[in-house]
Amino acid sequence: MLETALKGRQIYWGWLIFLLALIGAGLGCYIYQFHEGLRITGMGRDVSWGFYIAQLTYLVGVAASGVMVVLPYYIHDYKAFGKITVLGEFLAISAIVMCGLFVFVDLGNPVRVMNIIMYPSPRSILFWDMIVLNTYLLLNLFVGWNALSAERKGVKYGKVVKTLAYISIPWAFSIHTVTAFLYAGLPGRHYWLTAIMAARFLSSAFCSGPALLILLCLIVRRVTSFDPGKEQIRTLSGIVAYAMILNVFFFLLELFTAFYSQIPGHMHTFEFLFAGLEGHGRLVPWMWTATGFAIISLILLIVPATRRNEDTLAVACASVIIATWIDKGLGLIIGGFTPNPFDRVTDYWPTAPEVMITIGIYALGFFILTVFYKIAVSVKEEVVA
Amino acid sequence: MYDGGKIITGLIIGIGLFLFPFYYNAGKAAKAPDPELTPKAKEAKVCVMEKAYMTANHFSLLDEWRHTVVRDSNRYFTAENGKVYYKSLQVTCLDCHSNKSKFCDQCHNYMDVNPYCWDCHIVPEEKK
Amino acid sequence: MGLDRRNFLKIAGLSALFGLGGKAAVDIFAPGELEASMEAVPLTEGKRWAMVIDIQKMDEELMNKVTKACHREHNVPDLGNPKEEIKWIWKEDYEHSFPGQQHHYIGDDFKQGSFLLLCNHCSNPPCCRVCPTQATWQREDGIVMMDQHRCIGCRFCMAACPFGARSFNWGDPRRVLRKEDLKKLNPDYPTNRDYPTRSKGVVEKCTFCAERLAKGQIPACVEAANKVKENALTFGDLADPDSDVRAVLRKHYSIRRKPELGTEPNVFYIV
Repeated sequence: MLETALKGRQIYWGWLIFLLALIGAGLGCYIYQFHEGLRITGMGRDVSWGFYIAQLTYLVGVAASGVMVVLPYYIHDYKAFGKITVLGEFLAISAIVMCGLFVFVDLGNPVRVMNIIMYPSPRSILFWDMIVLNTYLLLNLFVGWNALSAERKGVKYGKVVKTLAYISIPWAFSIHTVTAFLYAGLPGRHYWLTAIMAARFLSSAFCSGPALLILLCLIVRRVTSFDPGKEQIRTLSGIVAYAMILNVFFFLLELFTAFYSQIPGHMHTFEFLFAGLEGHGRLVPWMWTATGFAIISLILLIVPATRRNEDTLAVACASVIIATWIDKGLGLIIGGFTPNPFDRVTDYWPTAPEVMITIGIYALGFFILTVFYKIAVSVKEEVVA
Repeated sequence: MYDGGKIITGLIIGIGLFLFPFYYNAGKAAKAPDPELTPKAKEAKVCVMEKAYMTANHFSLLDEWRHTVVRDSNRYFTAENGKVYYKSLQVTCLDCHSNKSKFCDQCHNYMDVNPYCWDCHIVPEEKK
Repeated sequence: MGLDRRNFLKIAGLSALFGLGGKAAVDIFAPGELEASMEAVPLTEGKRWAMVIDIQKMDEELMNKVTKACHREHNVPDLGNPKEEIKWIWKEDYEHSFPGQQHHYIGDDFKQGSFLLLCNHCSNPPCCRVCPTQATWQREDGIVMMDQHRCIGCRFCMAACPFGARSFNWGDPRRVLRKEDLKKLNPDYPTNRDYPTRSKGVVEKCTFCAERLAKGQIPACVEAANKVKENALTFGDLADPDSDVRAVLRKHYSIRRKPELGTEPNVFYIV
């Protein structure tokens, strides 16, 4: 099936070459970081996790969202999703690969990464995160590839594939719960020390991932002759709508607890993010932008007419992605470290090399996604013919 | 063979490049390593283990030392002759072998080995 | 051969997995089994090292001396900016040492005076729970120790520590020897040639001078403080009812940082 990725129109190759250029630039910056150390990023003693870990967190959500296509198909017999489960699984693969890379570039001593395996620490959530993420990657690779292979040959895939597909459903929930546990169990970080962290992670995952999947399906329909289907996109849009409503609702619940209780530790981070604290307010316009996009997305998603119209739906999905990315990708991590354990505010902003490395990794993820989607679409076009 | 000309040419170029290090250095031998002992080391006569063992296994010994010192808090080593040493690369080993460039580096450079011990452990200043 | 290629590959793959997974499995199900086979001397059993800091006996100058003694003993560089700062023990004002405790009516003495902060060597340390390689762990004598050989620099421990006690080497600490502006701040680096520096990419913090304790010496900070003012810093074993620390804690009222978090810090402050 790989050979289908080697045949393509100019637009395909042009896009891949553009991505390769970005990957090269990111790699160059990473080599610089490898030699100089992480001091070339914006991170410091107070905000010791930043942009890289933020992307990891966001992308685990995107990866987990593959389950939103797989679950209805297998558990609820929603046959229509059978057309696009592979697209969900391949999106999960590229997202997990990016997650792994973001962890890698964030390590101070990446050459020692095997220490996690050589000295297993079952009490550490990071250990379990590594296990569940890698297993999920293997699950999706195995199931997605075999399902597509079977489709190409016109046969049903075997029992092993089906069993693993069933396993991947609770597994998807687990990867994002475990990632939430990285944050939700730390006694000194009050913005994160909340039981609803896992629920917020899952709800934001299940709106941002399918939103991205919808956009990808619309693009696939535009540039190839494979149509993921109007009904499929409609159902997905319903999932995005409910998940986004839950996501915003959970956020409002957090706001209530913080501001009705008036406990400073609970309020401070929200004040920092939305109003500025001790003169530091770099994130304030970003958070309000996220709020604006969240409101736009909710309106467009809840009103049936705009949800059913695929153009306004595309705007809604893009709004969801922007809003959740800012909230989870910037607000969550920087907010968790602010104020610091001494109740002081330290500014953090990613530096240019940090951003370039991030772009390079995203480019690599999109490269993998493009190649996998090319294979999937080619096979589906072949089958139809 | 199909495309024979291209294959043979490619093979010759490939194998030629692969064997480059050998015929470039043919006839020249790199200087054998000649580690020098400091007067203090000569006076001590024995290291923490026998010379043969140390030459072959000093890195394993140091690896076990660093593990037992840091993780098990076991900081003293009893040699076979009963002498007790404080397990430390920079305090014990380099106390006798204080001429890193004439001792350690001799073999390390020859073998193109770059132990990262020196990233953290401080090397005694050598007189030029 | 009765085996076709597909089955051969399946068996080879599974065997490789079992082989590679073997050590990990041993470590998960019988932790320490492999390490235990190496000769290990029992740790200082039945001890719980702790420190009592008597703020009444301390002033700015003494705190500076103590900080300098520690940092000189352990080759902690002065990197010249708070972002990359490495500190094992330091001064902090009341408001920021005990956030939430300060009120408007507190006297100027307290508002402007400093406290001495360091790793609390908690009895229930969250940093050790989260370390994925056990590069930081709690020894039997209570000390939360660092293994710089194993640290991968993930900084999870820094996120977990509620006290901000840990510092990361964002770059190579030895760059203070190469950069002009840093050379001036660290004229005689490394200040202790009997102790290693660190490399870039590892986390470091106070270790209660484990290497000194092993030789029967008290921590460098306590030694430096005692030269100026006796009992400003008291270091000892909480498990020994007759120790100095126990006596001091019995006699004076003491507080700890963020006790409500349940980490059981072992650094006490007499205010």
